[in-house]
This record gives sequence, structure tokens and C-alpha cells, in this order.
Amino acid sequence: MTNHYCDLKNADVILIMGSNAAEHHPIAFKWILRAKEKGAKIIHVDPRYTRTSARCDFHVPLRSGTDIAFLGGMINYILENNKHFKDYVLNYTNASFIVDSGFSFKDGLFSGYDAKKRKYNKDTWAFEKDGRGVPRRDMTLAHPRSVFQLLKKHYSRYTLDKVSSITGVTKENLLKVYEIYASTGVPDKAGTECYALGWTHHTVGSQNIRTMSIIQLLLGNMGIAGGGINALRGEPNVQGSTDHCILYGNLPGYLKMLPASLGTLEKYLHKYTPVSKDPQSANYYSNYPNFFVSFLKSLWDDKATRNNDFGYDWMPKIDDGKAYSTMHMFDAMYAGKIKGFFAIGADPAVSTPNSNKVRKALENLDWLVGENIFNNETYEFWRGPGVDPTRIKTECFLLPASASMEKEGSQSNSGRWVQWKYKAADAPGDAIPVGEIEIKILAEVKKLYEKEGGPNAEAIVNLKWDYLDNKGHMDVLKVAQQVNGRFTKDTVIEDKAKKTRTEFKKGQLVPTFGMLKDDGSTACGNWIMSGSFTADSVNKMKSRGKEDPTELGLFPNWSFAWPVNRRILYNRASCDVSGKPYNPKRKLLEWTGEKWVGDVPDGPWPPMADKAKGKYPFIMQRDGLGALFGPGMVEGPFPEHYEPLESPLEKNPMSSQRINPAVEIFKSDMDKVASASDKFPYVCTTYSCTEHWCTGALTRWQAWLLEAMPELYVEIGDELAKELKIKNGERIKVTSIRGEAPCVAMVTKRFKPFQVEGKTVHQVGLPFNYGWLFPKDGGDSTNVLTPTVGDANTFCPEYKAFMVNVEKL
Amino acid sequence: MQITRRGFLTMTGAIGGGVALSSLGLNLNPTRAYADELSKMDRIKIAKQVTTICCYCSVGCGLVCSVDKATGKIFNIEGDADHPINEGSLCAKGAGFFDLTEANKHRLTKVLYRKPYGTEWEEKDWDFALERMARLIKDTRDKGFVKRNAKGELVNRCENIGHYGSSNVDNEECWLISVKSRALGLVYIDHQARV
Repeated sequence: MTNHYCDLKNADVILIMGSNAAEHHPIAFKWILRAKEKGAKIIHVDPRYTRTSARCDFHVPLRSGTDIAFLGGMINYILENNKHFKDYVLNYTNASFIVDSGFSFKDGLFSGYDAKKRKYNKDTWAFEKDGRGVPRRDMTLAHPRSVFQLLKKHYSRYTLDKVSSITGVTKENLLKVYEIYASTGVPDKAGTECYALGWTHHTVGSQNIRTMSIIQLLLGNMGIAGGGINALRGEPNVQGSTDHCILYGNLPGYLKMLPASLGTLEKYLHKYTPVSKDPQSANYYSNYPNFFVSFLKSLWDDKATRNNDFGYDWMPKIDDGKAYSTMHMFDAMYAGKIKGFFAIGADPAVSTPNSNKVRKALENLDWLVGENIFNNETYEFWRGPGVDPTRIKTECFLLPASASMEKEGSQSNSGRWVQWKYKAADAPGDAIPVGEIEIKILAEVKKLYEKEGGPNAEAIVNLKWDYLDNKGHMDVLKVAQQVNGRFTKDTVIEDKAKKTRTEFKKGQLVPTFGMLKDDGSTACGNWIMSGSFTADSVNKMKSRGKEDPTELGLFPNWSFAWPVNRRILYNRASCDVSGKPYNPKRKLLEWTGEKWVGDVPDGPWPPMADKAKGKYPFIMQRDGLGALFGPGMVEGPFPEHYEPLESPLEKNPMSSQRINPAVEIFKSDMDKVASASDKFPYVCTTYSCTEHWCTGALTRWQAWLLEAMPELYVEIGDELAKELKIKNGERIKVTSIRGEAPCVAMVTKRFKPFQVEGKTVHQVGLPFNYGWLFPKDGGDSTNVLTPTVGDANTFCPEYKAFMVNVEKL
Repeated sequence: MQITRRGFLTMTGAIGGGVALSSLGLNLNPTRAYADELSKMDRIKIAKQVTTICCYCSVGCGLVCSVDKATGKIFNIEGDADHPINEGSLCAKGAGFFDLTEANKHRLTKVLYRKPYGTEWEEKDWDFALERMARLIKDTRDKGFVKRNAKGELVNRCENIGHYGSSNVDNEECWLISVKSRALGLVYIDHQARV
């Protein structure tokens, strides 16, 4: 979230799209209703009518997988009708930048496409620069190659007729949403968007979100109270686990994983430290070397020195351009290349797409280590449906873990609040915290390498791994402080602007990431968490002050929010170029002439009207401005509509490119696809319910919750049910080309057929909360149906749009 | 109807009336449930109260665990009324948080081991598991270790071990997982952020 949960109450218009907040985030929805009580308009756009729809001002159904068309139409509406926030767009976005003359877009493809590799060469997705190396700008926005004009041209193709025909949304409904949402493009109105997996689970997931980001920039809704783009995330610490990057492509704090081509620390830092020649761009990532070297120091401590590039060679390196995500991992496991597997607090045999392939893949393992509070389908794959255990060689360990309230530590919510939790009781039996299990496993491995040696043994033998206390238990504070960072020698920090000089002793904690250094004098496990402790070891994550000086619900003294306790990101954009709040009624930040007051500002510099010292507001962007033109994406700098991998249409109505041209295609014998096929004529989506959580791996074991939601069902619109002669409550099955899911039919008015490209398209949906292990008669994973394909940037699987049939048993 | 501790206080006055009505042959089950709540109320008053954060979605609601001082056991978990996000309220899953404690008979409490081609789990101790896992990890890693890739670039990686999870453990644990995986040289590293 750019903002946070309590801030939802500050919005004038809330668009809920890609989320069923009322059922999946009920307490977040409380804050949405609080906005509604104050007069805000709440809109729900979703294929299915849900409890969220019931409490909104109105619900607009759209066909799964057509969000970019819907939002592209909104961009067109905003620009055609001059509804954008001019001052904001001109000053705070790259609308005025001139794009390279080689850049083009024709029939669904941007310049630089290589069809064989399914990848783009992005050389022309760049800006023209002046003699100083600063992007050239046209402040009249009239230049035909300005971002603004290119954006206008690109989305002029998303006419009401076209969008309506693709999405199945009536033109009246499109206009209703566009008008209400675009009304926030004025200084004193705020519009926000809440999304969840309904946006990420597509082959164009990242671009769904980027399309909305473009709208938010056009309307001046980024960086303000009641604005932003807000991901309602689904797991308790998914923000923290992402921040600490249990991810193949990043290291803690979103530092880049090392590619094989960058053989030295110098080359690596050169590549990932952005350079801006514009004196008004803060270009905060110019501090990258400080964060990266401090991270290496946190691993290898005294063993990481300038002479050995701080251990750079010991780090694993990934092949350039290759991804190693969940789907890739199971693809490699299916091919017999992965022999050992850790599955911690997770049930991927249920949650991963094309589960039948995943379950086959697990049979190729030599060993599997599970750590959890309950058993699940992954740990028991060796006796799953149709599996003969006496033929499965895998050696399995299932290690009992402490539950959340049986251990001390911190958890980060989607609003980036890092909250400390305390241990209430001992875990039952032999269970211990996952962190302690991890420490003990690696300590044992380390002993073996110390004794026997082995390839790149230095990485393990030299690792600082002293996180057990003198009773042999995990010392959580020691880990938290290592994450925060500490000085590795006596250090003096001088702040020339403030004219201060502060001395720190070796071992003292680093109070903010601005003090991290690339010379080995600081060690920091995750730079964005630096400042979660004070220099004197006061744990700010424990803060429970409820003061609210801005009356905007920022609660600055409740927990710690990264970065540096900032509650709303990009907040300098809530003020005009002189630092005066655009909306005096919701004053998030204000420049007094001396300093900023309100939220923790995005950097201390004066507002950008001060040409000598002032900075642009989007400080993490190299150019300092919001990116309407976003060359970072793999499939294009402007989002474009492509059909899902499996769709009811043979052709993409927008272009000859049926699917996202940059998507990776998996080719194993179990990766079958059936698009626009008579055998699988219905669009399908998957979702959760209030009573279960994710795969149900925790909630299915709880009698109260299981009783409320006991088994798998499919929701079918009553018109389709009538056509198929299916009755409510009847046992039927849903099939895709990859598998079948027996379940109960729920005949409902919540799904209505769509009129798409002149034909009637039905959509059905199933929850993803069940598995064969428990309860025995509750049905299996719906992911036996879903295809192995994902977003081209993130590899989030396409669970929200694929094709099925519905059959009587 | 969900009875919160605070809401219940205002209702206790009604219980006496309920008992009086029992002689008229009315169903007493609700009254008994209230009475059970009342005895829990007394225990809560003298219990140690420990705050925690919900373990389901990422809204980050606050909870209060009531711990019996004599036994050290949790006997009640409810929404934290002082928490600025949930203000004491919880969804169905959060309200059922107590069913995650050791009171749930399905909790894993022993180290379980399944030998190759085995048909059942066997109970083991930590020493056995740690020693055996370390051996397997080292042997697998050493056997498949890739020092240089096809282009001859130094990559020092272990491609034959994968890691998955978790977004439902604490930050400090996530960091340890991230570091452990890199020290071993793993590259197939992922978790639920993508699903």
C-alpha cells in the first residue's frame, strides 16, 4: 500500500476492483464504510456480485481478465474530457518528457520485440536528453513525442464501444464509473483504489496495477491522504516476507539479486546505482552501494572486507534473464532437476497452479523438509490421491512449529506498519519457532562444512550465525537488531545541513538508513528496516502511542512504519510546488519555509519551487517524477489489453497479439492449454471466503470455521444452470484440460452472463480453500484446473481467468 | 451473536433473570453459556494479558491473549480494543484465533519422519532430524553445486535444492530464511507473495 488501512476513511471516491474486501478483508472494509458514512462514493467492479458489492453504491460486473481495457477506457475518458489535474501532471509526472524517436507501437507490439525470445529490447523506450544529460521536456505538452501526447494517442483506441465489447460492461456503466472516479482530479478531492489478488493473478497483473497508477497520477491522487494505490494483501506477514525478499530476484530491502554477468562488486554497483544529471532529482537510489555493502557485512561480518569485495564472490548468482519463481521451481522439479525441497509454513501442493503437475514433481524429490503448525497436502504428497507410498523414495521431515502467539517478533501489515507481537504461551510438545528451526538446521550444516569442507564452503563457514541465546533458543532481538543495522566501528556522522556532529560507538545501532556506508563501517540486514530501533536500542516496533496530530489517522507513534516511519508514500506530492497543501482540509504535509510539518516527508529538502535546494517529489525514481511512461515493465511502457492465456475469444479485439507477448510459456507434457475451445466454453475464476484462509491449511483444521464453510462449491449463474439443467446443491464437476474438481453446485444470481464481441459468455467461480487431506469429504484443490502461466514481470499465476467446462456427474 | 468481554459485562444483569425462568421449563442452554462466559470473565480479570497481531490477512489487527498465571496456558483470545486499526473488532477467522492454540488437537507437537518408501510417519527427536537433514542438505548441495555456468561465469549456486515459504512467519524469521538460503547458494527461492 502506498497509504495504509486507517487512511481509507479519508477518500472521497473508492474504487474496489480486483478485490472482495468485505469478505476477505472485513476490517479493512470497516474503514471503507467509514468513508462512505462521510459521503464517499464506493464503487465495486468485479465479475461477481459479492458482499462487497452489496455495501457499495453500485456494482459493475466485468469479464475476468479485461481490467486494462476497462481502465484504458478511463484514461481515454479523462484525457478526452480534460479531467486531469493539470498542475500535478505537469510538475509531478514525466508527461512533458520527450520520448526517443525510434519508439513506436503498432498492432499490439511496442518497438524492439523479438518474437523468438518473447522479449523486448528496450533501447527505444527511453527519453531524449539535453546537453547536460537531463531528459528534454516540453512544458506545453504539445510535442507529438511527449509522454502526454503518446499516452493520449495510445488510449484513444480504447473507445466506449470497444471497451464495452471486450469487457462485457455496458456503456452506461462504463461512463458512470469514469465520471465519478474522474471527479477526483481536482485539488481538494481524493480517490483511492483497493485491489487484491483479483488484479495480480493475471498474465497482465502488473500492468493492471500500472494502468491504475497512471490514472492516479493523472488525477493527482498519489501521495495524498485518501489516495494512492492500495494492495489489500492476504497473508499476515506477506509484506515482511517480501521486504526480506524470500524471492529469487531480490535480496532484503529489494536489492537486486546478483546476475552472473556482473562478476565484480564494482560492476554490480555501477549497474544498479542510478545516475541523474538533474540537480533537482534526489535520485535516492544513488545510495544503493551503502545499502548493498551493509547487507553483505550483515552476512559475513568481519570476514567481509574491502579486499574480498565484502564477500561478493560467495553470493550465488543467477543467469541473466532467467527466472526461478515457484512455477519455474516446480517445472525444474518435474524435470527431475531439484532433489531437495524446503516447504515452510506453506502448502504449495494446493496453492500452485496445475497442482497435478506439482504433485508429480514432488515425487522426484530425494528429501523434503516441512515446518508448520498443522500437517498439509504438500507434506503428505507421498500418500495423496492415486499415489502409492511404497513407490515414493522421498525422505520426509515434518517439523512442529510454534504458532504466531507462541513466539515474539514483528509482523508487517500491508500499510507497512511493523508491529511487535509478544509471546503469550509456550508452544505445545516439541514445537519451536520456525526461526529457531532454521537457525539450528543451518548451524548443523555449518558444522559439517567446517569439518569436511565443500564447494564455496566460505559462504557457509564465514556466515555470522550466532542467533541462539545462552539457553539455546532463538534470540529474536538480536536478529531484529542485525536487520536494523549497527556500526562496526566507532563512527562520527556529520550533518552539514543541520550542522550537527554525532558520535556512535562500535556495536551501537544505526538509527536511520541515511547513515549506512559502503566502506564496511556499517552492517545492516535490511536497509528499509533501519530506524526500527533507535541508536540506544529502543524498539520502535513496540510503540503503542495513539496520538493523531494531523487527525488523518496516521498514528505516527503506533508501531514503526518503513521507510523512516513515513505513513503515506510520495507525500510531498500532496503539496504544490511551493509546499502548500493542495487540499487544506486534509493537510498531510506543509512546508513552513524552514521545514516540513505533518507526516515524515519524502526527504528533508525544500519543495521544488526552490530551484537551488528543492527536489522533485518522487525521490525513489531516477528522474524524480511519477512515471506515466514506465520503461521498467517487460511488455511495454504503456499497458495494453491482451487476452488471458485461455480466453473465450479466438482473437484479441485490440490487436493481432492475442496474449501478452512477453509472457513465458511452460512446455512440459503436463502443461496443456485449451483456449477458445468448445470443450471448455466457460470463463472461470477462483477466490477465497471469509471463514477460510488461503489453501485452508490452517483453517480447515478448525472446527468452528470448517463448520461454516465445509466443502468445495462452484458458483454458477442461474441462466447457465438452467441451460445445463443443473440444480442448486447438486454434486457436479468442473473440468479444465488439466484436471477436474468434483464439487457442489451453487446456483446463484451473483454471476450474470456477459455480452462479449457479439456473443454470450458465461463465467463461473470456485473457492481455492480446500485440499484432499482434511476434511476427507471437502473436495480437493481447485488448482488442479489452473494453468502454469504467470504475469510477465512477476510470475504471479493466472488463477483469475482460465477456461473450464461444467458437467453433471 | 458474538459476545465480547466488554459487551458481556453489560449483559450479566440478565443472567439472574434467566435462572429464575428455568423453573418455567425454558431452554437453559443460552443461560449456561452466559454463565460459562461469566466464569471466564473472572479468570480474565486476574489473567496476564499479552498482545499479539492476527495471523491471517495483512490488515494487522491487534489481539489480546489472556494467559492463566498458574498454568501459563492461553484460555481466551479476543480483539484488542486499543488497537487503532481493528478497534477491538475481528473477522470470523480472527474471532476463532483460540482454535490455533494447543487446544486444537490437530496441532503438530512431535518431529515426524517418513523414511523412503514408508507408509506412515514415525515420531523422532530434534537431534535425529537435525543431524539427518544436515547430512542430506550437504550431500545434495555438494553433488549438484554449480561453480560456473555455461558461459564460464562464476555463479557459486545450488540449483538442486528449492525453498518455498513463508509469508506467515515473523520478520526476523523471514530474514533468517532469506540469509540461510543465500548462504547455501540456493536460487530457486520463493514464497506466497506470488500466489
